Amino acid sequence: MEQTSGNTHIHRDDEASKIGMWLFIFTEMLLFGGLFIVYSIYRYLHPVAFELAAGELDVAVGTANTVILLISSMTIAMSITAMQKGNKKLTIALLGATLFLALAFLVNKYFEWGSKISHGLYPGSDRLHEFGHGDTLFFGLYYFMTGLHALHIIIGLVVIAFVMYRVHREMVHSTKFALLENTGLYWHLVDLIWIFLFPLFYLVT
Amino acid sequence: MENNGKHHIVPYKTHITVLLGLIVLTALSVAVTSIELGPLTVTVALVLASAKALIVLIYFMHLKFDNIIYSIMVAFIIFSIVSIIVITFLDYLFR
Repeated sequence: MEQTSGNTHIHRDDEASKIGMWLFIFTEMLLFGGLFIVYSIYRYLHPVAFELAAGELDVAVGTANTVILLISSMTIAMSITAMQKGNKKLTIALLGATLFLALAFLVNKYFEWGSKISHGLYPGSDRLHEFGHGDTLFFGLYYFMTGLHALHIIIGLVVIAFVMYRVHREMVHSTKFALLENTGLYWHLVDLIWIFLFPLFYLVT
Repeated sequence: MENNGKHHIVPYKTHITVLLGLIVLTALSVAVTSIELGPLTVTVALVLASAKALIVLIYFMHLKFDNIIYSIMVAFIIFSIVSIIVITFLDYLFR
C-alpha cells in the first residue's frame, strides 16, 4: 500500500490533512469547553433551580439518543475498516447506516424539543419567566448547547452523504481514503460532545 | 509521502467490543445517577463520561494506532480545557 506517486505530479499528504482535521477538532473542543464552563458556573450559582429544571428532561429519550450516536460512531469507524479491506459495498452500507442513525437522532430531538416547547419551556416564554433566573439559564443553555450540537449533526449528514458519493464514484478508495477518515474523526467529535452533554443535562438531577 | 495509505486496520470485532463497553458505561451512568447520592452524582457522572470519551478517542478516533504526536496534542488540549475550568472555579470559590 506504499504510495510512491513517482510518475504523477499530484501532491498528496494524508498525514497533513489529518493533522488539519485534528486542529479543527481542537477548536471545536475549546468552543464546547467554553460552553461547559458557562454551564458549570451557572449551575454552581443556581444549584436548586438547575436540579429541578434538569428533572424536566426525559432521561429515556436522552439515553436512546446516546445509544443511537454511539452505534453511529461504530458504523462509521467500521466503514473505514471496510474501505481499508477494499469492500466498497460494505463501506457504503455502513455510511448509509450512519446517516440513518443521525436522522433518527434528529427526529428524537425534534419531538423532545417539541414537547418542551408545548409545555411552555422555551427561551423567552412566560412560564420560564415565572420560574426565575436559574430555570431561564438552564433552558437557555439547554437549547443553545443541544441546538449547536444538532447543527453539527446536520453538517455531519451533509458531509457523510458527500463521502458516500465519493466512495460510490471511487474517488475515495482503499489506498486513498483520507476524506473518509477525516469525516469519521468529525463524527466521533460530535459523539464526544454528546457524551458530556447527556449526563450534564439529563442525568445530574 | 510514504505515510499515505499506511494504516493499521482495526478489526470489526474490536469496534463491536468497544461499542458494547460504551453502552455498558452509559447504562451504568444512568443507573448510578438515578440513586440519590447528593453531590457525588455529578462526580460519578463526569468520571463515567470521561471514561467513555477516552475510549472513543483511543479506539474510534484511532489514537492508539496513530502517531504518538496526535495523542500528545489531544492531551495538551484536554489539559488546557481542564486548567481553564479549574482556574475559573478557583476564582468563583474564593472571591
